[in-house]
Amino acid sequence: MELVVFIFSAAMILIGGLGVVLRSHPVHAALSLVLTLFGVAVIFVSQEAHFLAAVQVIVYAGAIVVLFLFVIMLLGVDRTEDIKTEPFKVQRPLAIIVGVGLIGLVTAAVVTSRDVVATRGAGIAEPEMTDPDSNIRQLSRSVFGDYVVAFELTSVLLVVAVVGTVLLTRKMKSTLKESQ
Amino acid sequence: MNNSTALLGLDPIAIGDLIWAPLLIILLKVVAVFVIGLVATMLMVWFERKAIAGMGNRIGPNKAGPWGLLQTLADGIKLFFKEDLLPDRADRFVFKLAPFLAFVPAFLVWAVIPLGGDFSDGKDGLVTWFGHATRVQLADPPIGVLLLLALSSIAVYGIMLAGWSSGSKYPLLGSVRASAQMVSYEAALGLSLATVILMAGTLSTSGIVGNQSSFTDWHVVSTGVIPFIIFMLAATAELNRPPFDLVEAEQELVGGFNTEYSSIRFGLFFLAEFMNTITMSAVIVTLFFGGPQGLFDIPGIPGAIEGSIWLIAKVLVFLYVYVWMRATLPRFRYDQLMDLGWKILIPASLGWFMLMAVLRLGRDEDWNVVVVTIVAAVIILGCVALMSTAVKVSKANREREGAMF
Repeated sequence: MELVVFIFSAAMILIGGLGVVLRSHPVHAALSLVLTLFGVAVIFVSQEAHFLAAVQVIVYAGAIVVLFLFVIMLLGVDRTEDIKTEPFKVQRPLAIIVGVGLIGLVTAAVVTSRDVVATRGAGIAEPEMTDPDSNIRQLSRSVFGDYVVAFELTSVLLVVAVVGTVLLTRKMKSTLKESQ
Repeated sequence: MNNSTALLGLDPIAIGDLIWAPLLIILLKVVAVFVIGLVATMLMVWFERKAIAGMGNRIGPNKAGPWGLLQTLADGIKLFFKEDLLPDRADRFVFKLAPFLAFVPAFLVWAVIPLGGDFSDGKDGLVTWFGHATRVQLADPPIGVLLLLALSSIAVYGIMLAGWSSGSKYPLLGSVRASAQMVSYEAALGLSLATVILMAGTLSTSGIVGNQSSFTDWHVVSTGVIPFIIFMLAATAELNRPPFDLVEAEQELVGGFNTEYSSIRFGLFFLAEFMNTITMSAVIVTLFFGGPQGLFDIPGIPGAIEGSIWLIAKVLVFLYVYVWMRATLPRFRYDQLMDLGWKILIPASLGWFMLMAVLRLGRDEDWNVVVVTIVAAVIILGCVALMSTAVKVSKANREREGAMF
């Protein structure tokens, strides 16, 4: 049962991932990304991480990719891109080097820590009849207890990013005149 | 704990080996939910047309069947036999996919709503069918109400892609509006939901219903009405129903995102919209009004059936409210819609959530209730003052710069 689920979701992830890279149409690429995210959510469920699966769908598929699509539609760049022209010469060789390096690193990490990865659902409290929320409780203890400083710092970082974006994109008329 | 529990949820029937009787019961539930969903949608379309006709001093559908009850069926059959147009500039695959992306989430939400069951005297909503204890709901996954949020975020794709893939201007405008509106209001929806989860202490829908055993325990009362109002408004915006139906504003956008659709593909959008109205009403009843929990015992009817009767009665009230709003309220302007969502609903739901959390913490730690309430009230008033000053200042700035909005 678990093997079947894994094969299907892995196929979803791979097809989606290839689609993101190979489809020349930006909207199709974004939709392939949704397929990948769903595959990951399915794997989360089969690994007993129900809450992560739900958040994966709500946040990534439901908000982030929707915003991608929104920008693509609003800017009207939803036409096939000509990938023959090269605006930035070094990026292709650089991308190949980084890609190969990343694959090597992930493979090395999996090989060296195989026995830790192999146990299914280890470290995650499984939901039970008497306590269906044990999974979420454990997660929140970890995030708001052990790692609360890191968590709060991340949210500060996000707020800074948002405020900075607003400040950068907003050009007041008065400041425009001064700069001219 | 074996595999099937984790995958199928926490219904006791799904524990252990799935042999004939439990499997049949689950299949029966699937079929029942499917049929009830479709029939309810059919009746809802009739009800809405009839009620609006009444409010507009007209007769409404009255030819097909008694009181025009079969009108929706007739319209559905007519839609099946119409020509299925595919616009020349449409993106073929996405154009065909979009109606299903709208329709399937509308159906799936039904799976987590408790449709009945006996919650009295700590029975926990379990009923016994053919010697097997089970819940009167299709699935009770541990993530419960989060599934609802996940599905409502999938439903955005249906509308968004339908508008984009039509390859035409007005549907695209409709879908751009839709995506912005639904993403904005989802935040308010989730935050007001968080207050309910805080009160219930669980995500599972049957747990949330089980927590509301008497009128004062109903979450609409125990969370202090505000989250309910926010949820109701945000849900109406998520459904794209009047007064938030900018997505399909006929006067501005022809038909909105579904302009280019015809035949059964249009029918699917239509069905999804009305089914979403029913599911959202059922969700509101489940979260805030105790779901199948009644106010008093109806004499002579067994507990499990009584639950379903209460649920239907409560859902009907909300369906009527939705129809009523459609018939009476004018449509919002787009900037008004965004102002309401971002400047009022999201801060209000966040503030109320914090207030509830503080009150709860105070009760757990035995703090003085009066002091906690006064301090919280002062802080909230301060935040409201700060917020409104910020809004005023930025509005004045924009006006000085000569912006139109």
